[in-house]
Amino acid sequence: MTMLYQTQRAMRNQRLAAMQRGVVAILDVGTSKIACLILRFDGVTPNSATEGVGAMSGQSRFRVIGVATTRSRGVKFGEIETMEETERAIRTAVQAAQKMASIRVDHVIACFSGARPRSYGLAGSVDLHEKAVSEHDIARVLSACDVPDYGRNRQVVHALPVNFALDHRSGLSDPRGQIGNRLSVDMHLLTVDQAAVENLLHCIKRCDLELAGIASSAYASGVSSLIEDEQELGAACIELGGGATSISIFIRKHMIFADSVRMGGAHITSDISQGLQVPMPMAERIKTFYGGVEATGMDDREMIDIGGETGDWEHDRRQVSRAELIGVMRPRVEEILEEVRARLDAAGFDHLPSQRIVLTGGGSQIPGLDSLAARILGQQVRLGRPLRVQGLPQAATGPAFSSAVGLCLIAAHPQDECWDFEIPMDRYAGRSLRRAVKWFRENW
Amino acid sequence: MQPMKPFKARRDPAPSKTSYRFQRLWLTPVFRSILRTGVPAFTILAAVVWYLSDDARVDALREHAADLRASVEQRPEFMVNLMRIENVSEEVAEDIREITAVDFPVSSFDLDLALMRANIEELDAVAQASLVVRAGGILDVEVVERVPAIVWRGREALELLDVTGHRVTPIEARGDRQDLQLIAGDGADVVVPEALELLAAAQPISNRIRGLLRVGERRWDLVLDRNQRIMLPEADAVTALERVLALNTINELLSRDLVIVDLRDARRPTLRLGVEAQEFLFQISNDKAKDDA
Repeated sequence: MTMLYQTQRAMRNQRLAAMQRGVVAILDVGTSKIACLILRFDGVTPNSATEGVGAMSGQSRFRVIGVATTRSRGVKFGEIETMEETERAIRTAVQAAQKMASIRVDHVIACFSGARPRSYGLAGSVDLHEKAVSEHDIARVLSACDVPDYGRNRQVVHALPVNFALDHRSGLSDPRGQIGNRLSVDMHLLTVDQAAVENLLHCIKRCDLELAGIASSAYASGVSSLIEDEQELGAACIELGGGATSISIFIRKHMIFADSVRMGGAHITSDISQGLQVPMPMAERIKTFYGGVEATGMDDREMIDIGGETGDWEHDRRQVSRAELIGVMRPRVEEILEEVRARLDAAGFDHLPSQRIVLTGGGSQIPGLDSLAARILGQQVRLGRPLRVQGLPQAATGPAFSSAVGLCLIAAHPQDECWDFEIPMDRYAGRSLRRAVKWFRENW
Repeated sequence: MQPMKPFKARRDPAPSKTSYRFQRLWLTPVFRSILRTGVPAFTILAAVVWYLSDDARVDALREHAADLRASVEQRPEFMVNLMRIENVSEEVAEDIREITAVDFPVSSFDLDLALMRANIEELDAVAQASLVVRAGGILDVEVVERVPAIVWRGREALELLDVTGHRVTPIEARGDRQDLQLIAGDGADVVVPEALELLAAAQPISNRIRGLLRVGERRWDLVLDRNQRIMLPEADAVTALERVLALNTINELLSRDLVIVDLRDARRPTLRLGVEAQEFLFQISNDKAKDDA
């Protein structure tokens, strides 16, 4: 965890440098599209008229000045599969966004949906030397958490202190300065496959960009799609992406669980392609134009030309009814939602006080999805769109951009993570002692 | 439900790495400012330096500039055709023409009026000169002549001097300027104002004055006809002269047989009598001695 601590700290420094310069790019590497948003921070204080709304999550401090999306290439299940292709796609998106913003960006904050995220709940506690809790004590208690063995080829992307408890008072968000004897913390650790992160890092480096932070898109879309009450009272955000469906559970404004189902819109498209015998781009178009999950009597009569370019008259003038299309799509959507249900159950979502579920992501635009989801996931389902941010064009306000927008909010108003605190000296000392012992063992 | 439009794949080409890098470079503010100001400035500078590196081109350029200048200077608007000299006598005008030596017509750019004025003012007869090029190509020379105030007989020549003692012109004979008084002696020309003051004071006897003589470059003798001479002191010469004139009005001192009235020492004025008067004085003093005896 220490090496990761270093890299994450380096990223934080890059983020600070980007803030200093005032321009930072947001890169959402998805399976179906790569979106690049360029933010300009000009240190504008929130308007006094909106002060009653709250902190606004810092979102009034930045403005989107460049937006570009491009068809994603070489990404599967939210993970980079072909480096060259992905690098080219990132270049396309960044160049177009830079052109729109007419400014050069050097720092980029990226998010990805796949890479098999896994959540761990960590707890740690420490006795206080002095009565009042200092920043140093928080660093100590964070490093006192017993880190589980999450595997060698895994890497931590988020380590969020979720809850602090002082003696018997729990639910503190900021215990600094408070009086007590024993400080304990609950931390949410999110790990992903190391290879996926390293591939992304490499791609971004090949584009002459500096990575100023990475985030899981489950977290980012939860931040942007859940409204403040939902984040406070507990809700799950389900982002139906192209190659993966991300799940995140929020309570008390902290993410406490994240997971992803390796199925998404791309699988629905491939089902259509196979079921109706049409090429993939055509299947994608049919899905977006006529797709649905609830068949009605009207749909039996509505015929869709699915065409073709073969020259065979019979083949090129095929027609299917919309009911047939729905019949192809629905089992896959159900499968995805069932899988999501299973993950939520495994996470103990039923025990949360509020069972609110928000569907977002490009897949959530399938007509009739909300009623189907209500049947599978529970009654409190709604479709979510990302928060409105300043300067975002209309084309980029849809649910497909929820993780990109969420990343903007995280960039503007990052949550404290474990590496934001200085690592205590005794950890360093222990490590060096251990290394010395190891050296002796190896050499004698 | 709207019908689906015919399928057409959207072109979404990826930029090459070179074009991507170039665009990023182009969007760098420093690079842009260098390209927009630095490069043109450097190019112009380099071109100028290259052009001037060849002497032949520089000469041609210089020649062209000279031609251009000449073509402007030679325009009829700037030509001066004649010189008009005003308020001056014929001889002085001749002198001025000679000294300026301008070949008309000439461009007014080629006239050095300050130098010409200095040259003209160096002439003895000229007190002050002003030169103006007037419209119509006329060089107007206005001269204030020196007015002769006195005649000075120096060792070499007989000259007219103005009130400040500046030479005006030499003259042939004293008789040419009977209206002016005469001064003589070395160094008399540098104290002309004092001489004029004395002569003004001697106005009551002006018909008898022959001239003022500077003695030893320090004091004056007033020379009258009948070889009479009033020797004046160095200081307060005018006061001393007025004393003599006062004596003259009361006693008709100067009409007597005197040769010299010596006032050099104010406490002890001395008279030198003429030969006849001496004899007469001697005679009467003898007679008186006889009478007494």
